[in-house]
Amino acid sequence: MIYLDNAATSWPKPPEVVKAMAEFLERLGGNPGRSGHQLSVAAGRVVYEVREAIAELFRVSDPLRVIFAQNATHAINLALRGLLRPGDRVVTTSVEHNAVMRPLRALEREGVRVTQIPCGSDGWLDPEDASRTIPPGTRLVAVTHANNVTGTLMPVADIAATAHAAGALVLVDAAQTAGVVPIDMPGLGIDLLAFTGHKGLCGPPGTGGLVLGAGVDARAVRPLMRGGTGSRSGSEEQPEDLPDKFESGTPNGVGIAGLGAGLQFVQGRGVPAVREHEMTLTRLLIDGLRAIPGVRVYGTMDPARCTALASFTVEGLLVSEIGYRLDEEFWILTRVGLHCAPAVHRTIGTFPKGTVRLAPGIFTTAAEIQTTLQAIRQIVRP
Amino acid sequence: MSDFGVVLFHTTSAALRAEKMIRKAGFPGKLIPTPRQYSSDCGFALRFDWTLAERVREMLTGASVEIAGLHPLS
Repeated sequence: MIYLDNAATSWPKPPEVVKAMAEFLERLGGNPGRSGHQLSVAAGRVVYEVREAIAELFRVSDPLRVIFAQNATHAINLALRGLLRPGDRVVTTSVEHNAVMRPLRALEREGVRVTQIPCGSDGWLDPEDASRTIPPGTRLVAVTHANNVTGTLMPVADIAATAHAAGALVLVDAAQTAGVVPIDMPGLGIDLLAFTGHKGLCGPPGTGGLVLGAGVDARAVRPLMRGGTGSRSGSEEQPEDLPDKFESGTPNGVGIAGLGAGLQFVQGRGVPAVREHEMTLTRLLIDGLRAIPGVRVYGTMDPARCTALASFTVEGLLVSEIGYRLDEEFWILTRVGLHCAPAVHRTIGTFPKGTVRLAPGIFTTAAEIQTTLQAIRQIVRP
Repeated sequence: MSDFGVVLFHTTSAALRAEKMIRKAGFPGKLIPTPRQYSSDCGFALRFDWTLAERVREMLTGASVEIAGLHPLS
């Protein structure tokens, strides 16, 4: 079986992840931060260590500004709902996932003004366009680090500089990049970073979070949920302490333990080395696909400017047909359709039919890419 | 009078962060269940060498770790 759906979730998970999760359940099952006994402390320590590792990964100095959440969608909702009020302006791009667009459309109905900057058909936002489209007084600029259809990496630092000049905060959706592309939050000018644990970081589903940069006044961010935190328990008001303000309810300790092991695995290989490996595979994919007559590939065509994925269509064939045959006849697992991102497909001209997306990962080999290209050649020219 | 003191915290995360910081600085520190005589929101407190009280306080406030109290352990 060849797994090329790593942009949806990475698979397989490193054995260390499974081991860390089993160990958490077997040996450290206390409720982190709720009691003073040793199992609670041990569980709390595991969660804290991962918080610290995430802070280091994204180069933020205060680990308490790492807010754990269920996934990137949860983190994005927290950022958007937490910051935006009726009358506020938010600027976003035409290549955002529905994790950003659906909360924004809902907020729009509540009086938030939403502007979408059009991107090129390769999925790239020209920073010049950003500087023309972000008016002074904008509250937030929400931009993907790389969209999930073409993988095109955005010029985040340039967009952030423009956003800051307009007085806006910058939210970056790093669902596709955390763990596979180095991210230096202060260096890039990112104020809020939403990440998921189950993709590039090799952790389990149900993990992710929102990292608040030093420039974000956490008191101005409303929590999505309120409830027990194990802190200031005498009060019926939600505490302002970080991360507790945004982490009501028992955290996903077992998932976070797995996330920590996944991150450690990725760092063992080194994020730059992982990136190098994935760029090599993406180069093979893009060049191989483009050499097949009738195949059209979308994006920048440059592995240095995108994450590890290739989206394509074939003249005269439905994407669902291609995906089905790859799965049934060749045991090659891909994702076809609109990828929860209609905005991206409109931008690159593949709406509503969608594309076939091939997304290699940390464990994918060059031989698997060659086998996949051979299978596609067979499907296209029977 | 023992030679220990305790730092009390509002949150677990702050306690865990403080523990790591003072150990990193080479000071002995251990998380213990919050002593009965102190009411604290956080289930555990950081026990440390009381002779280092001022340095511990400076280190934590310098790193913006919010504390709920710092007391000698009687």
